[in-house]
Amino acid sequence: MTIDATDRKILTATASGLPLSPTPYAEVAAWLDLPEDELIARMARMLEDGVIRRIAVAPNHYALGMVANGMSVWDVSDDAAEGLGTQVGALDFVSHCYLRPRALPGWPYNLFAMIHGTSRDEVEAHRAEIARLLGPACRASDILYSSRILKKTGMRFANGG
Amino acid sequence: MRRTPLPPDALDATDRLLLNVLQDGFPLCSHPFAAVGEALGLAESEVIDRVHRLRDLGAITRFGPFIDAEAMGGAFCLCAMEVPAERFEAVVTLVNAHPEVAHNYERVHRLNMWFVLACDRPEAIARVADRIEAETGLTVLRFPKLQEFFIGFRVPA
Repeated sequence: MTIDATDRKILTATASGLPLSPTPYAEVAAWLDLPEDELIARMARMLEDGVIRRIAVAPNHYALGMVANGMSVWDVSDDAAEGLGTQVGALDFVSHCYLRPRALPGWPYNLFAMIHGTSRDEVEAHRAEIARLLGPACRASDILYSSRILKKTGMRFANGG
Repeated sequence: MRRTPLPPDALDATDRLLLNVLQDGFPLCSHPFAAVGEALGLAESEVIDRVHRLRDLGAITRFGPFIDAEAMGGAFCLCAMEVPAERFEAVVTLVNAHPEVAHNYERVHRLNMWFVLACDRPEAIARVADRIEAETGLTVLRFPKLQEFFIGFRVPA
């Protein structure tokens, strides 16, 4: 997964989004003084390599009624963690799913999954669904609800993602 | 960013269809809006106008490529702290003063402060976390990602 200086310019130029024009890639190519077909070929390669995860719209889930969320955390056995994480991440109500180190003794959880729903009750129902999916491989779990945003800044290239 | 639901009549069925289709992906070709329109039976100009309006309404937060920030050379780490209630506001000020703190949330738990460090280079993560420990006298637990799973998240529009 390597990118060169031109790739980097493309990512920087599109970091705040694509122009809403009939030919958005031609416009970006013109900004960078590249032929459109080269820009498209480079973006296609970065998509294939995973540097660009996808080109898409990010709906504002709050605007669409998904106003509740919670960070669910699970202590799953290490040998089953990868397979179970794959299944949890694929759920359509989970927006982030990571395996992270435990912080023993106080924090036994290694699988983190951010759950979204239209209400706290729906988030809890989703949490129960994950618990069923994990079954006996899960030894303990918890969910942390946010009570306040203390800071939120756009990350340089992950803005809004 | 808008954090409240839109009125129920703000979006029509075509808006919802577009949101559902476009969150799965946007074509990488010379006339992508025309390609989307062709698939949905809409004119190119109508697709553009609707995406424009959805953005102005706050129904869309971003439209374009989503980048793997680590591929750009960045390093990230989720961190958590157990902050005594009576010191909470003072610790918020100390932690947020670091430009590397990208987001920070208060959560209902013994570990009541959760933030993400975003640095240009991996070695900077430990330096910033250590500095926050020195400034606050509190332990900064570090939860770097070991593995990220493919996300199937979809917002039903």
